[in-house]
Amino acid sequence: MGLADIVASVKSGAVKAADLTEVRLAAIAAREGDIHAFNHVMADEARASAAAVDEAVARGDDPGPLAGVTVALKDNMCTRGVPTTCSSKILEGWLPPYDGTVVAALKASGAVAVGKTNLDEFAMGSSTENSAFGPTRNPHDTNRVPGGSSGGSAAAVAAGFSDFSLGSDTGGSIRQPAALCGVVGVKPTYGYVSRYGLVAFASSLDQIGPFTNTVEDAALVLDVIGGHDPRDSTSIPQQHPSLVAALQQGVGGLRIGRITDLPEGADPDVQERLEAAFDTLKAQGATIVDVQVPAFSFGLTAYYLIAPAEASSNLARYDGVRYGMRVEATDTNAMYGATREAGFGDEVKRRIMLGTYALSAGYYDAYYGKALKVRRLIHDDFERAYQHADVLLTPTSPSVAFEFGSKGDNPLAMYLCDTYTIPTNLAGHPGMSVPFGTGAHGLPVGVQVLAGTLQEPVMFRVAAALERSLA
Amino acid sequence: MLGVSDRISAADVAKVARLARLDVTTEELERMTVQLDGMLEHFADIDALDLATVEPMTQPYPLVNVLRPDVVQPCLDRDEVLAAAPSAEDGRFRVPPIIGMDL
Amino acid sequence: MSERDGLPGDWELVVGLEVHVELATNTKMFSSSPNRFGDEPNTNIDPVTLGLPGALPVLNEQAVELAMRIGLALNCTIQPCTFHRKNYFYPDMPKAYQVSQYDQPLNIDGYLDLPNGVRVGIERAHMEEDAGKSTHIGGSGGRVHGADYSLLDLNRAGVPLVEIVSRPDIQTSDDARDYVNELRGILVAIGASDAKMEEGSLRVDANISVRQPGAPLGTRCEIKNVNSIRSLGRAIEYEARRQIDLLESGDKVRQETRHWDETDGRTHTLRVKEDADDYRYFLEPDLVPVVPSAEWIHRVREAMPPLPAQRREHLSVLTGQPANSEAVTSVVERGQDHYVLAVSHLGGDAARALVYVKEAFADLGAEPAVPALDIAGLTTLEVDGKVTATQAKAILAEIIANGGGDAAAIAAAKGFEALDTSALETVVDQVIAEQADAWAKFCAGDGKAMGAIVGAVMKATQGKADGKIVTALLNQKKG
Ligand SMILES: [Mg+2]
Ligand SMILES: [Zn+2]
Repeated sequence: MGLADIVASVKSGAVKAADLTEVRLAAIAAREGDIHAFNHVMADEARASAAAVDEAVARGDDPGPLAGVTVALKDNMCTRGVPTTCSSKILEGWLPPYDGTVVAALKASGAVAVGKTNLDEFAMGSSTENSAFGPTRNPHDTNRVPGGSSGGSAAAVAAGFSDFSLGSDTGGSIRQPAALCGVVGVKPTYGYVSRYGLVAFASSLDQIGPFTNTVEDAALVLDVIGGHDPRDSTSIPQQHPSLVAALQQGVGGLRIGRITDLPEGADPDVQERLEAAFDTLKAQGATIVDVQVPAFSFGLTAYYLIAPAEASSNLARYDGVRYGMRVEATDTNAMYGATREAGFGDEVKRRIMLGTYALSAGYYDAYYGKALKVRRLIHDDFERAYQHADVLLTPTSPSVAFEFGSKGDNPLAMYLCDTYTIPTNLAGHPGMSVPFGTGAHGLPVGVQVLAGTLQEPVMFRVAAALERSLA
Repeated sequence: MLGVSDRISAADVAKVARLARLDVTTEELERMTVQLDGMLEHFADIDALDLATVEPMTQPYPLVNVLRPDVVQPCLDRDEVLAAAPSAEDGRFRVPPIIGMDL
Repeated sequence: MSERDGLPGDWELVVGLEVHVELATNTKMFSSSPNRFGDEPNTNIDPVTLGLPGALPVLNEQAVELAMRIGLALNCTIQPCTFHRKNYFYPDMPKAYQVSQYDQPLNIDGYLDLPNGVRVGIERAHMEEDAGKSTHIGGSGGRVHGADYSLLDLNRAGVPLVEIVSRPDIQTSDDARDYVNELRGILVAIGASDAKMEEGSLRVDANISVRQPGAPLGTRCEIKNVNSIRSLGRAIEYEARRQIDLLESGDKVRQETRHWDETDGRTHTLRVKEDADDYRYFLEPDLVPVVPSAEWIHRVREAMPPLPAQRREHLSVLTGQPANSEAVTSVVERGQDHYVLAVSHLGGDAARALVYVKEAFADLGAEPAVPALDIAGLTTLEVDGKVTATQAKAILAEIIANGGGDAAAIAAAKGFEALDTSALETVVDQVIAEQADAWAKFCAGDGKAMGAIVGAVMKATQGKADGKIVTALLNQKKG
C-alpha cells in the first residue's frame, strides 16, 4: 500500500492509525534482532501519536497529509526528549531539548515516528559498520551491509519496519544504502529541506531526504518536509512545486544524459542494469545524449578535503562541557582530550584529523582552498552538461551490497563506494536512487538519476518512468 | 606551492591531534599517519589541475542577506538543559580548572 | 618629562586600540534569546547559544544595522561582507568556534576625529559574537590560576559585538583616553550600545609599542583587562615605560599578551604569542554573505541621530562658545545640549543657559526634570539686567531644588530688585560727568567710547543695571 492509500484510509476512518502502528511494531519485534535498524524504538511515543491521529479523525479534524503513516528517523535528527546519539558514544544518552524542523513538520503532518535508526557514527561511512552500537544488517542478506551512512533508515523501509524513513546525504548517504537495500532514496537540492535539528557532519553538503518503497511516496514526503525554514539561513526561500503533481507527466521528449567520461569501477551486473535503464527510457520516448563531466573524477578528493574540514569544526563542540559524555580529568584541557579520544570512533577521529590538517596554518591553500576550486569545476561541468541533458543517469553504487568487513581496514576502499554519488553533493544538485532490478546474488541494484538545481520535478518523472517499466 | 602530494609526517599528525583535542595513543598515531598519508597520496590527483583562475565555491545555493527580526523567542528551560550536562552547580555548567589552554 | 606623554628621551609611543562593543539589541547575534545583562545565569539560552547539535545561526537584522551605524559614524566604507569560523577550544565558547568576520568585514577604512583635532584611522569595525562567562571557584580567590574548578554562565554567549580596530595612530595616553571617550559618546548617541566599561559592554585592548623617531614600528604588546578609561591611560604609561626600560638596557620587547593589574598598577605576561595560535579560519557554511545595497545604507544613515561632534558644533554656533570648550564638550557628553536648545527655543539666552547647565546640571542626566521655560525666564532676567549673575545663581539653585519656579517671582521674594529708571539716570549722569573725555568722543560718533561708559555704569551699580536700558539712555542724552 502506498502512502497516499494509507492516508486516505486513515482519514476515512476505514483503518485505524493505532492498528497500522501495531503492525509495524510487530514487524520490528519479529526481525529487529536480526537487522538492528534502530538505536532506539519509540513504541510508547508511536502509540501515543497514532492515538492522537485516530482522535483527530474521530473529532472530524484534519489529521494531516501523512496521517497514520509510520516513519523511522535517522538518529542524527534531534527529537525532543528522545535519545539522539548519531551512533556515537559521545552523545549516548543525550535527550535533545528541541525538535528539528523536519521532525516537527512530520509530527504536524500526522506521521507516527517508530524509532531512531542506526548510522555510521556522525554519518561518516558507507556501510553502517562504523556505528558505536553495532552494525545494521541488510534485510536482503543479513551477512551483508545495508550501505551507509543511513543504513538503518534504508533497512527499516526494506524490512517493513516503517512505511518510510528519513536519512541524510552528505556524499551519498541516502542514495547508496537505498540502492543496496532496494528502496527509493532521494537527496534533494541543497537548501530544499531544512537542516535545522540535523546534527551537522559537513554543513555545505548535508541534506535530509526520504527512503520510500515507491517514487510517488518519496514525492509525497518531500512535499511535506520540503520548503523554506527561517531557522536555516541556507534554506531556499521560494515555494517548491508539488512533486506528486509532476509524476503524472511521462518522459517523452526528455533528454537523458550518459556521462561518457564517468570514472570506471562499476561491477558488470550494475553496469548492465544501467544500460537497461537507458533502453527503457528510450523506449518510452526519451532521447539519450552523450555528455561530459570532466571534473567528476576529482569529486572524491575534493569531498574528502572539504567534508572532513567542515566536520572537524562541527564536531569540536563535543567537549564534555554542556551535554554528552565526559571523561573527568584534572583540568579542562585534559578533559577535552580524554573525552574526545574515548567518545569518538576511529573513522570520526580520522576525519577530524584530516579536516584539521586541511585547514591548518600553512596547509589551507594546498588542501582546503584547492578543494573549493575543484568543487567549482565540478559544479560548472555539471551545469554545462545540463544544457544538453535534462537528467543524467549513472550507477548509484559500484556494486551490490557487500559482506561485512570486506573493505578491510583501508579507509579508501570504503570511500570509493561513493564515487558516483559524491559529485552531486559538491554541486548542490539533487539526485535519487531508484531500485532497478537485481544483480549479483539476486541483490538489488539502484540506478541514480541526477538533475540540476531545483530540477526535482523532472528527476522524479524519470524515476517514475523507470519504476513503471518494472511493474 | 605546497601540493597535496607533499604528504604528512607523524609530527604533523601529532600536532593536528593536539589542535583537535584528541589524546591519541602512540599506536593510533602511527596507524593514522600511515592511513592519512595513503589518502593524501590518492588525493594528489588534483595537484595537476590548473586552478589559477578558478573561484572557490563555498555555497551550493547562492543566497545573500538572510536576516532575522530582532524579536525575543522563548528560551530553553535551564533545569532541563543542566540536567543533560555532565556536571552542573549553582545554575551553571561546571568544568575542571581552566589551565593549559594554549590560547 | 619630555613633550611626548612624559616619555624619557625622544621615545615615541605608538598605540592602536581594539574596542569590543556589545550591541544594544533585544536578542543575540544569531539566535532569539534575550541579550540582557544581569539576569540569572543560563536563563537566556537557546539551542544556538548552547551550541547544541543541529542548531543553526540566523543573523540578527538589527545587529547588522547597528554595526552599519557604527561604520557610518566612523566614516567607514560599508562593503559586502562574510562570516568565518575562528576555531579554538575554550569552555566559554560553546561551539568551539567563534563566528566572526575575517577577510571581508562590514566596515573598513574610516577615521575618528578627536575633539583636539587629532585624527585616528579606523582599520575595520567588524561583527562577531561574544563568549560566555566563567567564574573561578576556590584557590586564590576568583583567579583562573589556582582555582579548584570553574562555573560557566552562557547568557552572554552569542551577544552581538562589533570590534573596532584603530590604526596605530595614537601617540599619547591622553589621546587614547580621548579616543575611547569620544567613541563611547558616539556609540551611545547612535543607540548602538550603552558602552559601559564597568559592565563590560565596552572593552578595550591596547596594542602598545615604542620607537625612536623615524624608526620602524617596534615589537608590540597587547594589553588586556583595562576596565576604565583611567586605567587605560595608566596601563599605556606603565607599559611604555616598561618597554623603554627594556630597550634602553639593551633587552628586547617580546611580543606577548599582557594583563593590566589595577591593584599593583602593572602589566603582567598573560601568554606569549606562539605559532600554536592556529584558528583554522574558514567561511562559516551555515551563514550567507551580507550585501548592503546603497538604498539600505541610505536608510540606515537617514535614521541616525547627530553625532557628538556635530552637536558640539551646533551648540558652539548657538552659544558662541568654542566647540572644544569645556562647557560645550561636557554639556554634550551629558546629553544636555538638547536642553540648552530647548531653553533657546523658548526665548531664553543660549549662552547663559549653557553656563547654567554646565555649572548646575551635572547630576540631572540627559532629561533634566526642570522646566526649560523657567530657565529661559531666568536667562532673560539676567540678560535684561534685572538680576546680577550672582543673584541668578541663587535663583537657579532654588529652581532646581524645587523642580521649577518663576525666576521673576523668586527674584522678587529674595528682594533682588533691579534699579528703576530714575535711579539709573542719576548714576548715568554721574558717570557722564566723570568720563567727560569718553562722552565727548561718543557724542562725536565714536561708537567704541560707549563701552567704557557702560562699563563704568555697571561698576557703579554693582551689575544691577540693564545694559540695554543704559545704552538707550546714553543715545537719548546724546540727542
Ligand atoms: Mg582582536
Ligand atoms: Zn574580537
